[in-house]
Amino acid sequence: MELFAEGIIKAWQLLISLDSEVLAVTLLSLKVSGLATLFSLVLGLGGGTLIALTNFPGKRVLVSVVNTGMGLPPVVVGLFVTILIWRNGPLGHLELLYTPAAIIIAQTIIATPIVMGISIASIQNLPANLRLQILALGASRIQMAWLLVKEAKLPLLAGVMAGFGGVISEVGASIMVGGNIKGYTRVLTTATVMETSRGNFDAAIALSIILLGLCFGVNYVLTVAQQRQRPR
Amino acid sequence: MSSSDVLLEVRDLTVVRGGSQVLRIPSFSLKCNETIALIGPNGTGKSSFLLALAGLLPLASGEILFKQHKVVPGYASTAYRRKLSMVFQEPLLFDTTVFENVAAGLKMRRLPKQQIRERVTACLDRFRIAHLAERSARKISGGESQRTSLARAFATNPEIILLDEPFVALDPPSRQALGDDLEHVLRETGISAIMTTHEQTEALRLADRIAVMQQGNIIQSGSPTEIMDQPASEFVATFAGMENIFSGTVFEADQGLFSMNVGGQTMKVMGSANLNETAVICIHPEQVVVSLASPELDSSMRNVFSCTVRKIVQMGLFTKVYLDCGFKLVASITNQSLERLTLQTGSQVFASFKATAVHVFRKG
Repeated sequence: MELFAEGIIKAWQLLISLDSEVLAVTLLSLKVSGLATLFSLVLGLGGGTLIALTNFPGKRVLVSVVNTGMGLPPVVVGLFVTILIWRNGPLGHLELLYTPAAIIIAQTIIATPIVMGISIASIQNLPANLRLQILALGASRIQMAWLLVKEAKLPLLAGVMAGFGGVISEVGASIMVGGNIKGYTRVLTTATVMETSRGNFDAAIALSIILLGLCFGVNYVLTVAQQRQRPR
Repeated sequence: MSSSDVLLEVRDLTVVRGGSQVLRIPSFSLKCNETIALIGPNGTGKSSFLLALAGLLPLASGEILFKQHKVVPGYASTAYRRKLSMVFQEPLLFDTTVFENVAAGLKMRRLPKQQIRERVTACLDRFRIAHLAERSARKISGGESQRTSLARAFATNPEIILLDEPFVALDPPSRQALGDDLEHVLRETGISAIMTTHEQTEALRLADRIAVMQQGNIIQSGSPTEIMDQPASEFVATFAGMENIFSGTVFEADQGLFSMNVGGQTMKVMGSANLNETAVICIHPEQVVVSLASPELDSSMRNVFSCTVRKIVQMGLFTKVYLDCGFKLVASITNQSLERLTLQTGSQVFASFKATAVHVFRKG
């Protein structure tokens, strides 16, 4: 308990002193995971809507693959992305290994199936005739898709939160493709692992509390956005 | 009817869903300012027909013509779909305010904001839901939801409105009130409409023409009077609310009048028939006269039966009297007649109707 209390005090000190290193790590975490969530939103929502609204052979298999991807182990993603961007790998010439971009790529791969799976379920869960009703009102295909997404906004935002939660808290992929380079690719999770391995539990607890606070802050903003436009 | 009067025309239409043919309509047309009621039992293809007419179902064969131009179903038909509106059985409102719901179709058409506001306000007033404008569509009653759905459909000023049993989920008072308002709006706007319904009273009240559907086909189409007075088959008669349908063997035929045996009684029918053939007939309950004394001697009634009253059911403005005459016969009488005759279950009465009041479906 004493260790935990010290950690909280240390976290508070780091926060109020605006420790530049902690600030940089926090901002990088936010930036990397935020961008990964944004990309996964574009890919997952677009792909999920398309899959939900079209019928094609093998759809069930594809949806099963997406649903399996929702539990994709970050270390497996990290391994494959590393192989892909390794110096001699297919994308080695891009020199992405141990860069923030590599973490963004890996985290996008982790979050996309989460957003896509929840998007498919959310849109398929809407009333069966709603799509026909929207078309019968004179909607174009794009207007229809947009209205369906708006109708499914509550579960879709939950999907975004799940996606963000999944990537901000993952460590395996970030450490493998980012390398935890100080001031460059060190994010909150990799820094926490490092401090723990060094026995600096107070710093690790401080970083964990910041990570939790960040998760809460982002989810709070998304929840407010989710609930905001509901009329009386 | 000139071709320019025809708004929508169907030729040799077939629709296949889930591997089986659900619609086979050789011909169908809707004229300007006309309201057609599609009636028929569940699963007969009424909703599929409306979806096909709305361009929302692929056709296996045949064509739909709107103002003599061929309609291409699917996403390509956006321009056509914008000339129509459709209201489903469930209101299917969006998770926003009532105002925004009614504005939805207008926003799709990218109308100026001021015009949207004016049209939405007019439609909210027309369906008497102006006071709900800023309320969440998820927090209003079933009747109010269906009013919103109708307002949304009418807001786009469609040339045709398709109504798929819009009152089915409503309680009788809401159904009556909304039916009155819909009737008023249809008359006021002159918008052509096709409505599916189970209720023949709704069809009679709102429709200029009734089309009876059975197994994906329209088996009879005509004015409400034609359908009620001259149903083409027992099926149509049943669906038109006809309860007195009988079959019997012809045992006498003479001078345009034949007699047949129904439940051990003799029924006289105007028309020609061959001896020993079976005839299927119906008598409209409104054509059956109930009296305490036999009218046989001093009236033109050719069919008079002594009966026992088995059941009396008040239907609002009129009363149905179920009679046992050796066969079961239903009579519709006014509430005043019920009172004057002091009818009760078990009362002994006479039921009579003219030979000309009997409609013959088939013989053979």
